Amino acid sequence: MKWEVVIGLEVHTQLTTQSKIFSGASTAFGAAPNTQTAVVDIALPGALPVMNKAAVDKAIQFGLAIGAKINQKSVFARKNYFYPDLPKGYQISQFELPVVEGGAITINVDGVEKVINLTRAHLEEDAGKSVHEDFHGMSGIDLNRAGTPLLEIVSEPEMRSWQEAVAYAKALYSLVTWIGICDGNMQEGSFRCDVNVSVRPEGQQEFGTRREIKNLNSFKFMEQAIKYEVNWQIGEIEEGRKIQQATILFDPDTGETRMMRSKEDAHDYRYFPDPDLPPLVIADEWIERVKATLPELPVAMQARFQSQYGIPAYDATTLTSSKEMAAFFEAVVAAGADAKLASNWIMGDVSATLNREEKTIAESPVSAEALALLIKRVMDNTINNKTAKDVLKKMWESGDSADTIIERDGLKQETDTGAIEAIVDAVLAANPKAIEEYRSGKEKALNALVGQVMKGSGGKANPGMALELLKKKVG
Amino acid sequence: MSLSLEDVSRIARLSRIAVTADELAATQNQLNRILHLIDEMRAVDTTGIEPMAHAQDVFLRLRDDAATAPDRRAAFQAVAPAVENGLYLVPKVIE
Amino acid sequence: MKTVKELSAALAAGQVSAVELAQDYLARIAALNPRLNAFITVDGEKTLAEARAADAARAAGNAGLLTGVPVAHKDIFCAEGWKTTCGSKMLDNFVSPYDATVIANAKAAGLVTLGRANMDEFAMGSSNENSFYGAVKNPWDLNAVPGGSSGGSAAAVAAGLAPFATGTDTGGSIRQPASFCGITGIKPTYGVVSRYGMIAYASSLDQGGAFAHTAEDCALLLNVMAGFDDKDSTSLEHAKEDYTRDLNQPLAGVKVGLPREYFAEGLAGDVAAAIEAAVTELKKLGATVVDVSLPNTKLAIPSYYVIAPAEASSNLSRFDGVRYGHRAANYDGLADMYEKTRAEGFGWEVKRRILTGTYVLSHGYYDAYYLQAQKIRRIIANDFVAAFKDCDVILGPVAPTTAWNLGEKSDDPVAMYLADIYTLGVNLAGLPALSIPVGFGSNGRPVGLQIIGNYLGEAKMLNVAHQFQQATDWHAKAPIL
Repeated sequence: MKWEVVIGLEVHTQLTTQSKIFSGASTAFGAAPNTQTAVVDIALPGALPVMNKAAVDKAIQFGLAIGAKINQKSVFARKNYFYPDLPKGYQISQFELPVVEGGAITINVDGVEKVINLTRAHLEEDAGKSVHEDFHGMSGIDLNRAGTPLLEIVSEPEMRSWQEAVAYAKALYSLVTWIGICDGNMQEGSFRCDVNVSVRPEGQQEFGTRREIKNLNSFKFMEQAIKYEVNWQIGEIEEGRKIQQATILFDPDTGETRMMRSKEDAHDYRYFPDPDLPPLVIADEWIERVKATLPELPVAMQARFQSQYGIPAYDATTLTSSKEMAAFFEAVVAAGADAKLASNWIMGDVSATLNREEKTIAESPVSAEALALLIKRVMDNTINNKTAKDVLKKMWESGDSADTIIERDGLKQETDTGAIEAIVDAVLAANPKAIEEYRSGKEKALNALVGQVMKGSGGKANPGMALELLKKKVG
Repeated sequence: MSLSLEDVSRIARLSRIAVTADELAATQNQLNRILHLIDEMRAVDTTGIEPMAHAQDVFLRLRDDAATAPDRRAAFQAVAPAVENGLYLVPKVIE
Repeated sequence: MKTVKELSAALAAGQVSAVELAQDYLARIAALNPRLNAFITVDGEKTLAEARAADAARAAGNAGLLTGVPVAHKDIFCAEGWKTTCGSKMLDNFVSPYDATVIANAKAAGLVTLGRANMDEFAMGSSNENSFYGAVKNPWDLNAVPGGSSGGSAAAVAAGLAPFATGTDTGGSIRQPASFCGITGIKPTYGVVSRYGMIAYASSLDQGGAFAHTAEDCALLLNVMAGFDDKDSTSLEHAKEDYTRDLNQPLAGVKVGLPREYFAEGLAGDVAAAIEAAVTELKKLGATVVDVSLPNTKLAIPSYYVIAPAEASSNLSRFDGVRYGHRAANYDGLADMYEKTRAEGFGWEVKRRILTGTYVLSHGYYDAYYLQAQKIRRIIANDFVAAFKDCDVILGPVAPTTAWNLGEKSDDPVAMYLADIYTLGVNLAGLPALSIPVGFGSNGRPVGLQIIGNYLGEAKMLNVAHQFQQATDWHAKAPIL
């Protein structure tokens, strides 16, 4: 039997605010335990939540970025359950009326585009952390993270493979970091994915029973977890067992998933509207204001790059994989470089070097202006492409400009016809066989001689000029 | 509605309140009397009535995003049952 | 017994110092509190330090109207450095690390804390028998309950252990003890007094307020307590008011509505007689009486006893033995720690309400109970809106009877709930209301008249109450102890 995989994602993105969603405590990562807690965050008796405006701003930004509906009225609800990292005994979240509804994200798997629809995105508070070091058989609770604003982004169950799920997660990641609502630091838990997985016989309409893999904080783990889980579910069904709804965890050490709780122990969360927080009302003016500050989104920018700069779709997509790279590209072009050459250089040597050095483009030692100058020197035939690669290497190491390096190292292309003619004569004298072949109609025979002319000139001859001279002399 | 002893146990567990076997019957009796009082309301026709969650018809007020709360860990943890290295200690949490 | 107004004048005239005043009251508390149990915590050193600061402020020319006047705070308002128990074993060891806004406002006004008043545990109760620290006695009759949940505050003022006191009212917890103890008590419009630092029972119903002998003194304390607070998202953005401003307006032309449902079956004859006499007095003062209807009055009981426990079940989840408060000594694992801690820390009325609240919110019952209760809440609020089209204030009894005997209803929670019938609607609607003493029942226990105002109609209510008190002396009567 052929099986179809059905996947939906719930992604928790920590929003980049200075303070917590309901208190004035800092959200900075890595402070000593419990030093970033206000009365609300440790749920002292009588403490009350007051909503952070910036968190709402960011939710609106996200909603606009995915073309969703921003609800004019949304409601904060209490999700009740007991856990030591949840100091109030309830999490303030949104249930019936979330701030963002609908919207979509386009993914691309092996060149095939697919639109993934979103169900909703809602604001809520993060929980604290349990520290499982051994304190005489006890666990330690750190509430610094408690109350960090989260946007929980829920997709429709529209992904049909782990590739699509990972592509969706990456596209979402790229979007939330692009618009700046999330710092994207996955090691610190800024972007955490819960993946709902089920399988069904191909052609079947109704969904299979799903299991939810909790808290995946890397795309690699997501891939591994889904692959494992899909195989496991198919294996269970093929052996005649039923899948039970459950919440499961992925163990990166074993590469396996394991049960966290079954449906029977599922919580009864007793959601109800939080009486401490009146409804959140977002006026049209507010949405308009946010819209005006929203950066150009990747999709729009890709289209513009193609029409404005005449670069291929592939280049446009690659260059807009991060906001910084796109900005770098535009700066190089603005400084006078040809767009396609700029794109080639950025996607080629620049990216390769950055990757090797584990740097982002923002940390590139060669500025956009410096790169543009190098490209201009190729464009005006001062140096050839091969020399330019060496020059870039030197620029990277020394920080010197292309002109400085070309001048200092004498790398200027030889355009003095007399000097090249001498070399051409010498090369022709040494290769009578090539001349004969050429004369008998084998046009390409002379091309092989260009390399020798280049070598003779120490790389400085202009290859085009050398070929022309060769033809003239033999012709 | 009338609660069975199992219902009472389930609610007690959900509320994280230990109710001993001795207390269970009396608790069931009292809760059922309260539910009986409440049940009077269930027959009322409330079609088309907007539920009222807040005493006042107001909107959520928002504060500016600024980290203003000082570190008061020492004062907060002075009243805690068990702390070590700045962490609140609880019986082992198993996930 | 001196009013706050008189004490303020005496302090201003230098006839008495804040320290002397504090000492007088502390002495009276030492003498009488063992019989009344109105206070959970008294700390003379702390009180006298505050009094000395008040005297110093006055000497430096920085005294306000109430600087140096002593006050008792219900043990529900977090006060930094004071044990704040909420009447519960759960918080028996909880010394608050922060101040409620009400406490901060009182400090800023120079009020001197006499102590922390007893109360029903987590403000749940109508008799003050649900306190971990024991029942409070009614100063008029030590066999009677003082009412609840702010019974300690009411008893303290009635017995002259404090000139005024703070309280909270979720379903009648200021008005009913004020009525039972023969004093004046006001619960303002929801959102007027900040709930920040006021330990929550039912957040959408809880509201802080004041007790004193007179309406005028209540207005003075409300001036201190009330005001917009950006730390409470439900605090009304409302300009600061002077609640004394209309006290001396004549009552001519004021329309008082009498809801017929408040005078129907169930109201004791002696209470009805005292209320009717008060209405007659108000007519003499120029008020016009109109008949109004609050047809769904009876539904306030089921609606309230769904909404309040539902909110309470969630509000009280934070008491889990992790960050403060009681933790069970012996347990086996996390779940057992929670269950034992909460079983030991909470009394039975609190447990009953948590269990009820958990049930009405649980899966499959939410619509039938919680949502239905919220819809009925809207119907009840709409009834008040309609009634206020025909009148300026609504009058009625606070409770069907005068104070009952200690122990009389303590085994029967439902009987106790039914006694809240006249007070619950006001909280559900979010309206202001007060209680003033208007006589005594056949058993010699006080009767209170409830005056319900329209939204933000505190000054009008206080005006009616003050004019009544100018013409009568029920508020000046004091129990003999």
